[in-house]
Amino acid sequence: MKLTTEEQALLDGRGGKARQKAMELLVRYGEALGAESLVATDNIAGVPGSSNPFLQKYYQQHGGGGYDAIFSFFDLDSDELVEVPKASAHTCHLQGGYDPDNWEMLGATPENFRISQESEAFIADRGVKILKTCTPYLAGNVPKLGDHCAWMESSAVVYCNSVLGARTNTEGRESTSAAMLTGKIPDWGFHRVENRRGSHLIEVDLDIESVMDWGMLGYFVGEVVGERIPVLRGRFKADLIRHKHFGAAAASSGGVEMYHIVGITPEAPTMEAAFGASKPAEILRYGTQERRRTYDNLNSKAKDRDVDYVMLGCPHYSLEQIQNACALLDGKKVGPNTQLWVFTSRAVKAAADAQGLTKRLRDAGAVLVTDTCSSIAQAVPPGTKVAALDSAKQTHYLPAIMNIQAWFGTTQDCINAAISGRWNGVRP
Amino acid sequence: MSVNTVVLRGRKVVGGVAEGEALVTRQTISGWGGINPMAGTITETRHELRGVSFKDKILVFPGAKGSSGWSAVFHMTRLAGTAPKAMLFTEMTTKVALGAVVMRVPSVTDFDKNPLELIETGDWVKVDADRGIVEVRKAALRTGS
Repeated sequence: MKLTTEEQALLDGRGGKARQKAMELLVRYGEALGAESLVATDNIAGVPGSSNPFLQKYYQQHGGGGYDAIFSFFDLDSDELVEVPKASAHTCHLQGGYDPDNWEMLGATPENFRISQESEAFIADRGVKILKTCTPYLAGNVPKLGDHCAWMESSAVVYCNSVLGARTNTEGRESTSAAMLTGKIPDWGFHRVENRRGSHLIEVDLDIESVMDWGMLGYFVGEVVGERIPVLRGRFKADLIRHKHFGAAAASSGGVEMYHIVGITPEAPTMEAAFGASKPAEILRYGTQERRRTYDNLNSKAKDRDVDYVMLGCPHYSLEQIQNACALLDGKKVGPNTQLWVFTSRAVKAAADAQGLTKRLRDAGAVLVTDTCSSIAQAVPPGTKVAALDSAKQTHYLPAIMNIQAWFGTTQDCINAAISGRWNGVRP
Repeated sequence: MSVNTVVLRGRKVVGGVAEGEALVTRQTISGWGGINPMAGTITETRHELRGVSFKDKILVFPGAKGSSGWSAVFHMTRLAGTAPKAMLFTEMTTKVALGAVVMRVPSVTDFDKNPLELIETGDWVKVDADRGIVEVRKAALRTGS
């Protein structure tokens, strides 16, 4: 790899030991990719320094169990213990750890909660913004067209590239922590304009309206294009929330990191702009049959119609979605054998608190939870056998992680199940 | 060289030398939510290798998919002692590149021939990642050869 004078200086240790180790990791990573250089970034979203009992115990036996040690040995993959300095680029912390108000409900032990609080304080001291969400773009971090970013979280990555037109690969914990200390990331993949053009054309024959419609379309697209870049053409009503659910689904069933919707997303004003000089490698259709098959795939783990748990907020709910959930509850209460947990970011929860939505949920017997989700925290109400979800992404992960059944449907279906304890979703 | 030895040439991703038994899948692998790093097994519901261990194997697969937690979860396999001995893959992504780097296992990609077609589970594989050379000793003679 070719390094600039400034990058070489960091590699030579002139920015201190920690930045040297960070640069060493970025060089190893860049060479592994086959990248020729690094690119400057001032927008990083990762999980720096986050810890768990396994990492703490492991490093207590191998070099030290403190937070500098975890950051050195795990985040930077360094063999040497270094003192972690302040971030040198704007960095935010994504989801993880436990909601400070609801950690006991999430089943965290006091030890787990203490570790999550301590690692948060450690990294906040380094200037990292503690957003604690998979939707940083709903919590104040909105990069603009063309910005180079280094983001983790597949649903945020696909949103960043597709909806905002900023540029990021799907980074990992170690690369984002190294970027935090250097302001650099390999110049590879989506940072380069020639890699941002569409590969597959998806002709959508149906009206795509609800969050559920968008989730199913995303899940279908991910399955058929894998890691490639789909270009969608059809009759759409897309708002930011629908993009969020579409991208999250496509990034779960496949590895979609970028998509174009002709006439809607910023790098696809026309078909020509979306595909550049190349022709679609394949043209696929999404119609009634494909939708039905996708619905059946998503609901393949569901059998019993008695629902124990309804989870909303994957990716984390927006303020508008919380308002909508309250409206759908319409003053009714969650049933005696059902729990309703709604996940969001701390920023959105603060707004929900201020306008009385958190209280409305609580009065209905539901809980608004921050920082995590059921899959990440591996937390469902005790005894849960059957869940109901409005997120295709969560439906992809939760049954495998918690070994439970899960129904997928509309937000209305989910709220109805929370009230009645029964699943009455309709196959489209 | 014996008739049941195949040699592939590729590009070094992470240097080093290793040999062992091949574990081959034509399906991409998820890290977070797809493997159990403490056990070194694949856990994804619909994966053809569900329940199978990759510990100390030469893992031959198309590449990574799914969550951005890929590298961190595979990083934990190194700490838990359940990592594969080497990785051979065909589709380069940031997930698999970073994962290979922090796992510190010899890894090769960009092959002259398709490893997913030429290597079968149970073959004995020698990986010299520094030189980009992979030698495969077939587990069984094919009928008629």
